[in-house]
Amino acid sequence: MHPDQRPLTRDLRPDGEALSLPGYERAGGYQGIRQALRLAPQEIIQLVTRSGLRGRGGAGFPTGQKWSFVPLGPAAPRPKYLAANADEMEPGTFKDRLLLEATPHQLLEGMMIAARAIEAEIAYVFLRGEYVLAAQRIQRALAEAYAAGYLGGHSFGADFSLQIYLHTSAGRYMCGEETGLLNALEGKRANPRAKPPYPQTSGLFGKPTIVQNVETLCCLPHIVNHGAEWFRSLGLAADAGTKLYGASGKVKRPGLWELPMGTPLGVLLEEHAGGMRDGLKLRGLLPGGASTDFLTPRHLDVPMDFTNVEKAGSRLGTGTMIILDDRTCPVGMVWNLEDFFAQESCGWCTPCWSGLRWAERILAAFERGQGAESDLEKLDWIVKFCAPGNTFCALAPGAVEPLSSALRYFHDDFLAHIRERRCPYRGGSNGNAGGES
Amino acid sequence: MATIYVDDRPCRVDPQQNLLHVCLSLGFNLPYFCWHPALGSVGACRQCAVKLFRDAHDRRGKLVMACMTPVADGARISLADPDALAFRAGIIEGMMHNHPHDCPVCDEGGECHLQDMTVMTGHDYRRYSFPKRTFRNQYLGPLVNHEMNRCIQCYRCVRFYREYAGGRDFNVFGIRNLVYFGRYQDGVLENEFAGNLDEVCPTGVFTDATHKRHYTRKWDLQFAPSICIHCGVGCNLSPGERYGLLRRIVNRYHQDLNSYFLCDRGRYGYEFVNSESRLRQARLGIAAGKWQSLAAQPAAAWLGKLLAAGDVIGIGSPRASLEANYALRLAVGPRRFFAGVSDVELRLLRLAADLLRRQPAPTLREMESADAVLVLGEDVTNTAPRMALSLRQAVRQQPLAELEPLKIPVWLDHAAREAAQERRGPFYIATPAATRLDDIAAETWHAAPGELARLGFAVARVLDESAPAVADLPPPVQALAGRIAAALSSARRPLVVSGLACRSAALLEASANIALALRRSRQDHARLAIAVPEANSLGLALLDPRPLSEAAGAEALIVLENDLYRRASASWVDELLAGERRLIALDCLEHPTTRRASLVLPAAAWSEDEGTFVNYEGRAQRYFAACPPPGEIQSSWRWLRDAMREAGREAAAGWQSLDDLLAGLARDLPALAPVLNAAPPADFRMAGARIPRQPHRYSGRTAILANLDVSEPPPPPDPDSPLAYSMEGNPDQPPAALLPFAWAPGWNSYQAWNKFQEEIYGPLRGGNPGVLLLAPEPRPAGDFFRNVPPPLAGRDGEWLLLPLYHIFGSEMLSRYAPAIRQLSPAPYLALSAADAGSLGLHAGENVALWLDGRAITLSLKIRPDLPPGCAGVPAGLEALPALELPAWSRIERGHG
Amino acid sequence: MLSADERREIEAEIPRYPQRQAACIDALKIVQRRRGWISDESLRDIAELLGMTLDELDAVATFYNLIYRHPVGRHVILLCNSVSCWIVGYSRLREHLRRRLGIDFGETTPDRRFTLLPIVCLGACDHAPVLMIDQDLHRDLDPAGLERVLESYR
Ligand SMILES: Cc1cc2nc3c(=O)[nH]c(=O)nc-3n(C[C@H](O)[C@H](O)[C@H](O)COP(=O)(O)O)c2cc1C
Ligand code: SF4
Ligand code: FES
Repeated sequence: MHPDQRPLTRDLRPDGEALSLPGYERAGGYQGIRQALRLAPQEIIQLVTRSGLRGRGGAGFPTGQKWSFVPLGPAAPRPKYLAANADEMEPGTFKDRLLLEATPHQLLEGMMIAARAIEAEIAYVFLRGEYVLAAQRIQRALAEAYAAGYLGGHSFGADFSLQIYLHTSAGRYMCGEETGLLNALEGKRANPRAKPPYPQTSGLFGKPTIVQNVETLCCLPHIVNHGAEWFRSLGLAADAGTKLYGASGKVKRPGLWELPMGTPLGVLLEEHAGGMRDGLKLRGLLPGGASTDFLTPRHLDVPMDFTNVEKAGSRLGTGTMIILDDRTCPVGMVWNLEDFFAQESCGWCTPCWSGLRWAERILAAFERGQGAESDLEKLDWIVKFCAPGNTFCALAPGAVEPLSSALRYFHDDFLAHIRERRCPYRGGSNGNAGGES
Repeated sequence: MATIYVDDRPCRVDPQQNLLHVCLSLGFNLPYFCWHPALGSVGACRQCAVKLFRDAHDRRGKLVMACMTPVADGARISLADPDALAFRAGIIEGMMHNHPHDCPVCDEGGECHLQDMTVMTGHDYRRYSFPKRTFRNQYLGPLVNHEMNRCIQCYRCVRFYREYAGGRDFNVFGIRNLVYFGRYQDGVLENEFAGNLDEVCPTGVFTDATHKRHYTRKWDLQFAPSICIHCGVGCNLSPGERYGLLRRIVNRYHQDLNSYFLCDRGRYGYEFVNSESRLRQARLGIAAGKWQSLAAQPAAAWLGKLLAAGDVIGIGSPRASLEANYALRLAVGPRRFFAGVSDVELRLLRLAADLLRRQPAPTLREMESADAVLVLGEDVTNTAPRMALSLRQAVRQQPLAELEPLKIPVWLDHAAREAAQERRGPFYIATPAATRLDDIAAETWHAAPGELARLGFAVARVLDESAPAVADLPPPVQALAGRIAAALSSARRPLVVSGLACRSAALLEASANIALALRRSRQDHARLAIAVPEANSLGLALLDPRPLSEAAGAEALIVLENDLYRRASASWVDELLAGERRLIALDCLEHPTTRRASLVLPAAAWSEDEGTFVNYEGRAQRYFAACPPPGEIQSSWRWLRDAMREAGREAAAGWQSLDDLLAGLARDLPALAPVLNAAPPADFRMAGARIPRQPHRYSGRTAILANLDVSEPPPPPDPDSPLAYSMEGNPDQPPAALLPFAWAPGWNSYQAWNKFQEEIYGPLRGGNPGVLLLAPEPRPAGDFFRNVPPPLAGRDGEWLLLPLYHIFGSEMLSRYAPAIRQLSPAPYLALSAADAGSLGLHAGENVALWLDGRAITLSLKIRPDLPPGCAGVPAGLEALPALELPAWSRIERGHG
Repeated sequence: MLSADERREIEAEIPRYPQRQAACIDALKIVQRRRGWISDESLRDIAELLGMTLDELDAVATFYNLIYRHPVGRHVILLCNSVSCWIVGYSRLREHLRRRLGIDFGETTPDRRFTLLPIVCLGACDHAPVLMIDQDLHRDLDPAGLERVLESYR
């Protein structure tokens, strides 16, 4: 593949070390921000809007449109803030880690461009606490950037002044939710905030703020360098750009690949992940992290982009797939997922803190052989209970996506648990009831 | 107004509000938990879900949380939609996962919002079959009980305690379905408003620990509409009685005053009524410390004889009703009626009344909306506590106004707080020592009262050139005056708060000058609030008593509901009572004065009595008895009437009821005639019936006295009010002044107040109770006061001794309540660290305080906030002699 | 008592935010990095430094899973129990740890060498199952590999 068709990962070093500042610049780094500084903020926003860039954090919201709500100009409130969402805690997701560890300067440059577009003066990298290596590398990159005068004021010979700080999180999935992230940055409990008002008008410390996923930000230098049309042209189907796709589970070659947006699911699975491990068959998959609906083998033709995965009844999410094989218990898998979500519920809204734990306990009972038909009705009810709009934030609605689709696609497995009064996958020589076996 | 369609019915509603607020205002039964009328919306519980439709053709609609959804003109919503109904029942089901099914043994049972909402949503079957989580409870002090297993995670407690009341020793811990609300560790809740958790919590996590010791279900209590007796703010509350015991106090909504919240002194001070120190029998002193009980009639006759003989003077009381004070005034004659407060205090009360005739005082609700505040001299939290809670809200006004362009409605509480962050409107506090509001102040300044007054005069001078100048003001103080003046003059609703705590006329005059200067510069919304010490301080002053110091010389002396040893120095009181003089004391509690009395007449405690208090605004408010006084005890005014009857005094002899007395008062003192309108008269009836004091589920009525008589006795008569000591009566909504308790079908908790308001958080139906007695006269706003005090001249070897107020301890009656007594400080003497150092003294050491040539030994406390040259003692503790403070005193190392 | 180093490091975080207390999570982490966990005493010291009450700081501390309010062993094992590791058999690692060290989630070995805690997805799913010990990520583990890894933490 032509390198310019893998803009985000083109320059990764084969030894896995991070690109240093000189290395990054040799590969054309920090040209995007220089270019952006020649544009007015409005022009950058228009460029990004035209590029069709949609947020890579999971929701796929058009990035340029998001920026357009930030008040600009001398009358706007100050300071404005930018936060790079590097919290990556969605189970099955490991894409931002690569960018953070391998090309920290690409992230910083993306942040500079975003900051320029919304006239932000202060930015934070909100990094997952467990990403120790990434923290070291970002810290080093920040030191290099400050030393080079790219940060801190009057940078690039322009009236560009940006401070970027690294904040490492103390851990909670909710910190990745953009308003929970703001509370965490303010040193508070990471409960979400009501929307409206949106962070674009009242965000961090009450000021206009943009929160953007790492991968999203990393796209920016390339969009500025090569233009909106180029970026659009990278996509194979409905959406623009490239995407970091990943696969985990019992495939032959679990991994992460930058590919054109809209690469078909089957291609990812067969060509890149090498297909299922020998002797195993594909039962289903979560296309983009734990909080997306299952897709099944009949979806292998679906182009993996926001638009098409949604048409198929799921969400692209983070684009990192979790593969379920035919020897692993789907009920057990959903139990594991709901346990995660119930544990990470912030405890603010009732459907989430009560519904998710209820679902987890019911699923645990299934795995113990104590499930009943009436429990299926209860699970259906919990899915409805936690529907979008019913809860305060998107955690719970996301949490019940795999549950809801599992109830649909793996109904027979649930019934088998009831009938046999045990997990049918457990105990057998090649069965895998998963974690608790 | 906007029009919305609720289940296809067009309704006119406030367009600035959210859907929950307007639905409740319209009278719909829409359940909720996390929303609170005074705390706003945060969208946590998801209980208030309704269906919202795009237009008249949309049949699907989507669920929205009513509390989080702004009213939009033409919006169509459904409360009855099946999805909404199912979802709301589901929320209860979720909350019930962990909620113990302990209603029969729960103090909240029968007045539980969670119970009400459970019934309202129709959730009646438990599908959740797994174990419940359990928590360890905490000891939170003698006032509030903690039972965390009942928690439903609505976050109301922490929002009230931290965000509304400013408490910082309480929080939410943990995450998911294991969220814990409490303190970092066991210990007494520090906030003075902690007791409101009882009513803020929709279930039984926080309950009244004093009530627990003599617990009775809400439906078994006999309530009365009442007014708090523990300070001069005049909060409305409902005392509840059963079997002759006063068992608890709950808040009684008043839009202008307490709204939904009381202070802990008002809520928990009530137990003085049940005190062992209650006087229950008339008694005659026969020798020092020897008594002989007396039946009521001979007791009245004894007093009647003295009255007939003529040489009797009377001393009134700021904690007795207007009516009782008037009865005394009538009994002894206006020239022989003396104020039961110090001369200085009387002078200040008259000044306060004069100022109210210039300009009405702000209500508490108005104080909440002040956008710049100066507190001059008053430790409001400790002298007029509920006022402090309102002032705390004022600092939010300016930041909230700045949010207007962001279109964040004020009721969207967390969004508004997040947008405003730590920004606070201008709030200045100039007091002798630190106060509990200092945390919200932009600047504080601690100085002696005279210096504070000079600051106040200087502020007025900056605002208006024609105000008197302050000579020799140190430049930093002048600069501070400039900043305060700038903040006040650029505000839309500036507020000055002062009071009587410092016993300084100059302070009040300086405050008045500032208010006047603001008004003269066209700030029509500028307000002045003056905190007065006691429940009827102003009422006493309005009866125009003579100064206490002039009380002397008569044969006999009647002291009404007052301990003179709190009012004047012991030597002065001793002298007043010396010789053959007869002292007649009417009161409900034993105290040093009653111990010296020749005749003691047991007076009804306020919860057994009717009468009128006049609060800091000059608002006359009537309180009613929760139960008749037991045994021989009766209202002070009835004792005085009986005595006058014995003395053949026509005017009073015929008083059968409080209304008769009030009619006399209105004739006698026409200026006070509006007091008649404070509440409907005793012959007021609703559809021919009285208003029941007992909820209609009051149980055991036929059995309650079965040990005495198997036939049920008739309820006690009540000639003084239109209320009945009964569950029988008219079930309709009475006028607000006569509302004994809040209950409505389906609403057993205090949330039932929703049903009594014209609009949520608005006035009670039929208008807010009380009448302002001191309506401003149509005359010019008055002139500036010109008596600027000179700078404080320190004295060698002497300290200016200041009173330091304590919400628990400084007020007399509440100290007879065990829980409050437990929280009262021990006597102490406070010095700044530097001053203590100059004397070579250390904290905890005994020091001798010399006053009036006598030494008192006190334990030393270091208060870094005290200004140099000043010392402080806790005000009002019985262990300390009544001190006319501020005063100069010597301090030495003590002995032992 | 906070050490001079801790104090200095915390003070350095404060100017990055417009409010002092915003640095509280950083402060908790700074102290925990040196002491392993946040004792009541550390909590008090940090709260004092940042002008917070204990109640305020503990409300934050108890929300986040990487703040330990109980003592931990010399090395903390964070074993990923999220979905990808679960699928490929994280339970074998858990079982191994239970057998070898005698501890399950939330427990510390009697010699205080190891504390075992569950952790959500460590973002290394293509190398599942994984765990972290202290600052180090260990990938593609099986019981034998885990055994070797454990040896390097004394
Ligand atoms: C519970 C929850 C967790 C989330 N975690 C992350 C995360 O770790 N990283 C991320 O980029 N976005 C996460 N998101 C999405 C963010 O809320 C937000 O949409 C995103 O950061 C916006 O950036 P983007 O537009 O560039 O995708 C999460 C959302 C929810 C509801
Ligand atoms: S859905 Fe509700 S409880 Fe769950 S994380 Fe979001 S706000 Fe918190
Ligand atoms: S009352 Fe509306 S969400 Fe709680």
